[in-house]
Amino acid sequence: MNIVNFTPITAFAGGLIIGLAVILFFVLNGRLIGISGIASNFLTTKKNRIDNFLFLVGLIIGPIVYKLFTQDEINISISNSFLLLAVAGLLVGVGTRIGGGCTSGHGISGIGRFSLRSIIATVTFMIVGILTVLIKNII
Amino acid sequence: MNRIVSLTSGIIFGIGLTVSQMINPAKILGFLNIFGDWDPSLAFVMFGALIVSSPFFHLFKNNKKPVFAESFSYSNNKELNKKLIIGSSLFGGGWGLAGLCPGPAIVSLALLNKSSVIFVITMFIGFYLADIYTNK
Repeated sequence: MNIVNFTPITAFAGGLIIGLAVILFFVLNGRLIGISGIASNFLTTKKNRIDNFLFLVGLIIGPIVYKLFTQDEINISISNSFLLLAVAGLLVGVGTRIGGGCTSGHGISGIGRFSLRSIIATVTFMIVGILTVLIKNII
Repeated sequence: MNRIVSLTSGIIFGIGLTVSQMINPAKILGFLNIFGDWDPSLAFVMFGALIVSSPFFHLFKNNKKPVFAESFSYSNNKELNKKLIIGSSLFGGGWGLAGLCPGPAIVSLALLNKSSVIFVITMFIGFYLADIYTNK
């Protein structure tokens, strides 16, 4: 194992900002942030639909606000294989809906409440994610 | 007020994912590449988010009411079942393939790149398919 591209300061700072969003949504609106839950409920239920929609719109505004304040270019490196993206998107959609959460819902809101269910979910998706990358690197 | 809070929380969350660079799939794949060139940044993001938010969950646990709502509303599901493991495994597979999970994928739509759009559309199809399957 080699450690590369490690950005602990921006990672920790970004984590604190994410935590702040989680606190606001919880203390003020009484809800937990789980992006897969908010996005899929927006699609499937009428309950809180406008709130869920506004939250999702807010997510997209986030990087725009960041750019306004910092003037930084935001560069990402993402696959451009349609097949890979479509298969991954389907797996993430189906999996988070069946498993009841994703990196935010289980990984932050769930683990933060010391939920055993969320700890197990997080360990599971991390192990499978690690194995997937391992297999991809071999192939 | 609820709506303003929802929008604001979304914006702050989106800024956090941008600052931490978690919207960059390369950072996620780097984290999952624990047996190769490993980038531990994601662990610091989770640690940062948990260290500030976790105390609030516990402080407000037995509290009467959130500020702008009648009651706290979230699932307190404690069930450990096959669905949890199967679902989380499928999610982990997709996460490891593209390096995207729901939050970063939606935030990255702001960058107007085609790949994010393809991922988000198929993710929503996935939500829908899972619902058909589970309601059967």
